[in-house]
Amino acid sequence: MKMPLPDADLMARKGEIVRALQRLVPGEGVIGDPAGLVPFQSDGLSAYRQTPLAVVLPETVEQVSAVLAWCQANGVKVVPRGAGTSLSGGALPLEDGVVLGMAKFNRILEVDLANRCAVVQPGVTNLAITGAVEADGFYYAPDPSSQIACTIGGNVAENSGGVHCLKYGLTTNNLLGCEIVLMSGEVVRLGGKSFDAAGYDLLGLVTGSEGLLGVVTEVTVRLLRKPETARAMLLGFPTVEAAGGAVGDIIAAGVIPAGMEMMDKPAIDAAEAFVHAGYPMDCEALLIVELDGPEAECAELSTHVAALAEARGATTVRTSSNDAERLTFWAGRKAAFPAVGRISPDYYCMDGTIPRGQLPYVLGAITQMGLEYGLGVANVFHAGDGNLHPLILYDADQPGQLEAAEAFGADILKLCVAVGGVLTGEHGVGVEKRDLMGEMFNETDLACQQRLKCAFDPDLLLNPGKVFPRLHRCAELGRVHVHRGAVAFPDLPRF
Amino acid sequence: MPDVAAPTHAPKTAAEVAERVAAIGEAGGTLEIVGGGTKRSIGAVQAAAVLSLAGLNKVIDYAPEELVLTAQPGVKLSTLEKLVAAEGQMLPFEPPHLGKLLHSKGRATLGGTLAANLSGPRRIRVGAARDHLLGFAAVSGRGEIVKAGGKVVKNVTGYDLSKLMCGSWGTLAVMTEVTIKVLPAARGEATLLLFDLDDRRAGEAMGRALNAPIDVSAAAHLPRAAAARAPLKAKMAVTALRLEGFDASVAARFDTLAETLRGFGHVQRLDGALSSEFWGQVREVEAFHKDPRPLWRLSVPPASGWQVVQAVAGEPLYDWGGGLVWLLTDQPGETVRAAARAHGGHAALYRGDGPAFAPLDGPLAALTARIKAAFDPKGVLNPGRLEQG
Repeated sequence: MKMPLPDADLMARKGEIVRALQRLVPGEGVIGDPAGLVPFQSDGLSAYRQTPLAVVLPETVEQVSAVLAWCQANGVKVVPRGAGTSLSGGALPLEDGVVLGMAKFNRILEVDLANRCAVVQPGVTNLAITGAVEADGFYYAPDPSSQIACTIGGNVAENSGGVHCLKYGLTTNNLLGCEIVLMSGEVVRLGGKSFDAAGYDLLGLVTGSEGLLGVVTEVTVRLLRKPETARAMLLGFPTVEAAGGAVGDIIAAGVIPAGMEMMDKPAIDAAEAFVHAGYPMDCEALLIVELDGPEAECAELSTHVAALAEARGATTVRTSSNDAERLTFWAGRKAAFPAVGRISPDYYCMDGTIPRGQLPYVLGAITQMGLEYGLGVANVFHAGDGNLHPLILYDADQPGQLEAAEAFGADILKLCVAVGGVLTGEHGVGVEKRDLMGEMFNETDLACQQRLKCAFDPDLLLNPGKVFPRLHRCAELGRVHVHRGAVAFPDLPRF
Repeated sequence: MPDVAAPTHAPKTAAEVAERVAAIGEAGGTLEIVGGGTKRSIGAVQAAAVLSLAGLNKVIDYAPEELVLTAQPGVKLSTLEKLVAAEGQMLPFEPPHLGKLLHSKGRATLGGTLAANLSGPRRIRVGAARDHLLGFAAVSGRGEIVKAGGKVVKNVTGYDLSKLMCGSWGTLAVMTEVTIKVLPAARGEATLLLFDLDDRRAGEAMGRALNAPIDVSAAAHLPRAAAARAPLKAKMAVTALRLEGFDASVAARFDTLAETLRGFGHVQRLDGALSSEFWGQVREVEAFHKDPRPLWRLSVPPASGWQVVQAVAGEPLYDWGGGLVWLLTDQPGETVRAAARAHGGHAALYRGDGPAFAPLDGPLAALTARIKAAFDPKGVLNPGRLEQG
């Protein structure tokens, strides 16, 4: 994966840059020594590592603004970082860039139950928001599996999902407002506590922009009332096709479960060996269906779902009778990634979304590709919304296996696009899928997106090298007219 | 609105839209983008010609089992509503048509509804139009065909331009194909009515209901004056809370809701078709169809709805648990906008003379202008539509 070539002049100015940042963020807010920079070398996509020039950890919006304004004035690149849990390399540092860590923004500023929202700083963890309001019976709905560590600022940047997206939406569907600082240092407030804001929906645009448009310094999230009951069902099927059919039937019957997850045989085996969740071992595909709401609703819907599963030949149909049992049903799924980590030295998690009807075909094709690449694969799948997470098993110590896993992953994502899906459902493009953007978008589409980047950050200093496979200087984008999707400036740097 | 003599372009394909926009941009011209024409009176467009999307009116693909529908923007909302209802599904954001409210003979289209980000009573539970646009193809003001988003319900590939399209009122690009998320229709519904509450007490009742684990899907308040008008013609204020879902669930939740609202007086129940008819009237703001006064749409934090109204002499109707206020008033625009702004909201003039939208300030205004220029540097599309008051 190529990143923009480091600027030798900037590298040579490291001492000056560190001193300037120390003036803006006094105390222990700037890290420049090599040992101190090591923890910031990578994020959740740990196959990629890069030591940054420096790390700055501001504590106030004024400091964020001052740091960004100084960096813009001095042509210094900035990579924003929350907790560093991105699975797509969104927070991967640049050799000649400064990492702007937002971890010190860790306060919940206001809980406003009358308006069912909370105003929080970006370094607050996803789970801490729920923690602050659960005593009052509320929660924050999006629940990425890293929720104990990942920050809400990072969730906004990545538009994070989770297992409850089908019913409750992604991050973007659960925000009311935010404050961002532009690369110029200007502070802009988007939205607030009302359901919509004046002007263009820049809150929606910034959400999921992967740290390329602005640095989030405050977030207003919607809070939901915790459902009275939640009930999970374990449904085992003899074939992936039967399980996929049941998913379609459940939705066709008018049931939108809070979560609907599928695991294939390798994933079931790994999870069961790890956490002993009591999963049936005689099935090829397992569905976990969670229903939530009033007790009367859960009771009625679980009867519906059981009947639909049986009609598709389910060999196991179990419904949790209490919350402890519900959590046991989930335990295997929630631990699926570490469970796979036990059976393989390394694994590589993919994140495409496909039309659900394509599931049997795509899983079959992935199995076939695995044979061709000589690599195993386990599948966990947000079945309700068609979001695949194939886990490619490899051993980084074996020469060529990482490259093979990456090539296999790229083939899976191309297949997702080919059947009408997309490259990423919730993990983001980052550096990981950057060079695959051309599978979904032509040059005109990408130029349109990059012009937006220019409207926010005309010098391309904020998180460059992510999302877009080609760096267009803004002045050139202003002039370029892409004709029939043809490459307009073939000599521009590509990385 | 351009004068009646303004020439109308009526393309039949996306390529023709691109060709027209490019040619007119090249010639220094301007275009008003029109779907069904229902919302033309909102904001003062000053364009030399009209681009009608009435010819792009096909449903391209509808896969009920995938919960997605792809259509051209000129398809009528009513056509879509019938189509999805036949599959037991719905447009979740319950879009208002607003033709009658805005005294238009036109019929609302999908494209216009998305461009204006218009959502009905269910917005508080399932989100707005902007939460349901999954992807689109459009012609930018540069005359280029661009696409963004996808045709699946979960996608974070590239910037989420769908959000930007919704609420841009046709000033950035002309959508030529849109993919939206649909959902299974509620199998049943019931509405709980409370009576004779003043605005503040009604706000409290709605807040209490929305803060209970009952999954209320709509919360509206018609003060005495609004309730007295057609079609309701009630003798006192009416506060309404809707429950949707499977019958056993609705029945159980209704009892819990009534219990939750003990202390707010007598409770009445509307079932099935009566409930549905009532919410149709709220969605279309039918009480305010006939009144000469200017009509404002205020979006405010829900708990502040009644307080905002206290600062402006006028006649309100509340939806979204108090977060959406329709307000008939003769007060100056500045008074209305200041009242909304004081509570962190904004006001738009939907019926009456003058600029429709609330002013933006400082860096946000400059950023907005740069975004407009990124899509439409020559200002071809809907000039004046977003003019601020």
